[in-house]
Amino acid sequence: MTDTMASAADRQAMDVDIVCVGFGPATGGFLTTLAAGLTNPDGTPAVESRVMPGMPPQVICYERADDIVFGVSGIVTGARGIRASFPNLNPSEIPMAAPVREERVVYLLDPVGASRRSAILRLADCSIRALQRLLPVEDDALRLPYIPSFLRKDGGLLLSMGQFTQWVGAQVMGTGLVQIWPGTPVARPLIEDGRVAGVRLLDQGTDRAGHPDAGFLPGMDVRASLTVVGDGPVGPVGRQLDEHFGLPAGHHRREWAVGMKMVVELPDDCALEPGTVVHTFGYPEPEIFGFLYVYPDRLASLGIFVPSWLDSPVRTAYRYLQHWMVHPYLWRHLRGAKLRSWGAKTLQESGRRGEPHLAGHGYIRIGEGSGSTNVLTGSGVDEAWATGVLAAEGVLELLRAGQPFTQKNLERAYVARRRVSWVEAEGRVAERARDGFLRGVVSGLVGMGLTGLTGGRLALGGPSVPPAKRIPALETFYAGRIPAAEIVRIREDCAKRAGSVHDALMERAGWPAIPYDGQLLVTHQDALLMGGKVQAPAGYADHVLFLYPNLCEACGSKVCIEMCSGQAIGPGDGGVPAFDREKCVHCGACLWNCAASHPEDPERTVIEFRTGTGGLHSAEN
Amino acid sequence: MSETYHIVVCGGIVPDPLQTLEPVGSPTGPSLKNELMLPAVLDPWAAHALYEAAHLAKAAPGSKVWLVSLGPKAKLQQVMMTIAQKVPFELVALDGPGGGFTESAEVGAALADAIQAIPGLDRSRLLVFGGWESASRGAGSTLQQVGERLGIVDQFQGVDYLGVGPDGVLQILERVEGGKHQVSTCAGPPAVLGWATGSLPEPPNNPQVGMVNMRTVMPALQRAKPSKVGVEAAGFLKVALPAQRRETRIVKDLPVDDIAREIVDWIGQK
Repeated sequence: MTDTMASAADRQAMDVDIVCVGFGPATGGFLTTLAAGLTNPDGTPAVESRVMPGMPPQVICYERADDIVFGVSGIVTGARGIRASFPNLNPSEIPMAAPVREERVVYLLDPVGASRRSAILRLADCSIRALQRLLPVEDDALRLPYIPSFLRKDGGLLLSMGQFTQWVGAQVMGTGLVQIWPGTPVARPLIEDGRVAGVRLLDQGTDRAGHPDAGFLPGMDVRASLTVVGDGPVGPVGRQLDEHFGLPAGHHRREWAVGMKMVVELPDDCALEPGTVVHTFGYPEPEIFGFLYVYPDRLASLGIFVPSWLDSPVRTAYRYLQHWMVHPYLWRHLRGAKLRSWGAKTLQESGRRGEPHLAGHGYIRIGEGSGSTNVLTGSGVDEAWATGVLAAEGVLELLRAGQPFTQKNLERAYVARRRVSWVEAEGRVAERARDGFLRGVVSGLVGMGLTGLTGGRLALGGPSVPPAKRIPALETFYAGRIPAAEIVRIREDCAKRAGSVHDALMERAGWPAIPYDGQLLVTHQDALLMGGKVQAPAGYADHVLFLYPNLCEACGSKVCIEMCSGQAIGPGDGGVPAFDREKCVHCGACLWNCAASHPEDPERTVIEFRTGTGGLHSAEN
Repeated sequence: MSETYHIVVCGGIVPDPLQTLEPVGSPTGPSLKNELMLPAVLDPWAAHALYEAAHLAKAAPGSKVWLVSLGPKAKLQQVMMTIAQKVPFELVALDGPGGGFTESAEVGAALADAIQAIPGLDRSRLLVFGGWESASRGAGSTLQQVGERLGIVDQFQGVDYLGVGPDGVLQILERVEGGKHQVSTCAGPPAVLGWATGSLPEPPNNPQVGMVNMRTVMPALQRAKPSKVGVEAAGFLKVALPAQRRETRIVKDLPVDDIAREIVDWIGQK
């Protein structure tokens, strides 16, 4: 179903000056800077609205989530851009914020013997264990004695994404110059004659197929001189712009990761101090990185990143997160902890190489969806914020000069600023940093080190292919470990139970059962209920679609089901997965966790991830 | 419908019911743990009242709706981001506590004072709406006391329907025992109606309504004066959450009789 079912006569329209799509760090930086420049020191408008002469420009931001506090990210940030916007920033004003005090990078050995490790890693593990009296090894983990400067966050901040965006939103709204509307998804950009003329909001009052139902209200057209797109790495508006205008030559978006996290209340006897940062690698699979950030008041944010280059058709963030938590090095801190919040999001790991056209007639791109994430330092929030600030400075320049938002003007005012910024300079250094992971974990780690230590002059390459091309068949993945006939039987058993296969296959491959304790180690469903509090309001169309049912029927891996962060995708009739909107956390992992290439565009898969409503109601993620 | 109304909706804000709420003590009395971090929503009972008010005002052109809301100013601002796109209203903001640890008489007095101070309010056309109950700490008596302080004697609680006859007579359905309604008639304003759930769905978001509302919302928030509600009047000896026990099981296609039987057995184990 599309929004075209409503006739032009039914559809309302509204004119504003600037419309923003998505409220995250990038739009926060944009609106903070813009609002500060829209008035003179005496309170009079510095620039005038085009649609409401005599008034300041009408600036509106639409956010899909039900509240601006429902963002997801465990943030450790250098905070250069954020501190530049708030020179007198006092972290204690932002709930859960803390200055970085101590950083550790830890290599986790495999305590259960089920991790898929290469011969080189196994040799390394044996060496570490043999030399453990000489090395800083404890609880099956090697703490690296040295953290290279490109990985450190000296003077940085720990933040909760939700609390940070809530704090920023309050500042911005308090100016009275900007309106932020959560719970209002944008369906698509309005593209007219090669120019973006605003956005169309999502139809309301429809059935799940998108057909008009009780209370049908066609999504309004919000027409604007400038559309600022900051809807993140899987944002439907940004992706529609990419499909229409294409990506710059040589750019692609093939590398992804899903980050899954929890906020936990640490036990009373936990010795971790606020401001402690722990980064891990090596376990539960070598490709999976982990983090543990300690906030004030015995709260901690922890989680893992499961990347697209983990070539497993049964990759599952939730199950891996639990194995990671019970690793002895972490469990000594987490035993007795309680789950408070849970969430997941997709990260765009192509970095600057995934950068779209940053400006066109009537629009600009900011934030993670604009390729700002630094894949070497693993930093994205501050970079996203900085791109928003740069964009606002450029927009203010054009507004003051009375110049239109043409592509040429926006490239001069915004893109040129970005090209000489620290975000660009560091993004270029990082551009090839993770290419080695496309070949293997060891080459990936070596490649990152080379890139970081040489300032980007050296890197190890790897074969970059679209995500669907990386996913092997189950039988191939488990060759030598589980007989093909047994895989067939397990798959059939799970289909009868309408369940995913990863639990059965992982346990058959040697992973121990999770010792549920009812407060931290809980079922995936309980994490949704206790930590995610997932919601899906009625009256909207489903936002995940399976475009080619015949390809889904023929698919043997169904990685979309295994990787779904909210168990919202499950086995369906006839082999086509079924989507349950009421469990979706809008992480967007289904967009790239699909083993079938789109027949008309090999860079895409056959799962469509559209604009949707609802999702997480966690305020601490 | 020839009558026009001045409808004042008393609607507080409450923490998003989906959040984990934990009462804690402090030198100034009980509050909710991490209260600043919690997202807030318009009290669901009051939200029904607001939607009914907007519906009535739309049907009676020339009518006007005010929303009088007491809560922390920052949280009020946050809630307005969601509510102000729903229906047209003018906000009257009172800066005060939002955790629910207040005395209803105090809240009632503050709301009544605020209503009396609304410029241009016509008592002969006044309908005071609000929630019959509250999602934060439902004493169920706040709205009644607002009416008493305003000297309004026609009061109705647990309202699910309000109709206006051709002669302007109000027909009101109040909830009574057994899932039935008591039908009352009232000659007209002024009257107080404490709404149950009403019968209207949540209105869709309308950006144009939001644009218009926000022109008055932000100035109202800037004008909001601190309220002394909750500072002195009530003392709390103890606050605690009810005990909870969660057990989750996923099954498909279970007959409703089996579900009911299982729930009864589960309750019986307590």
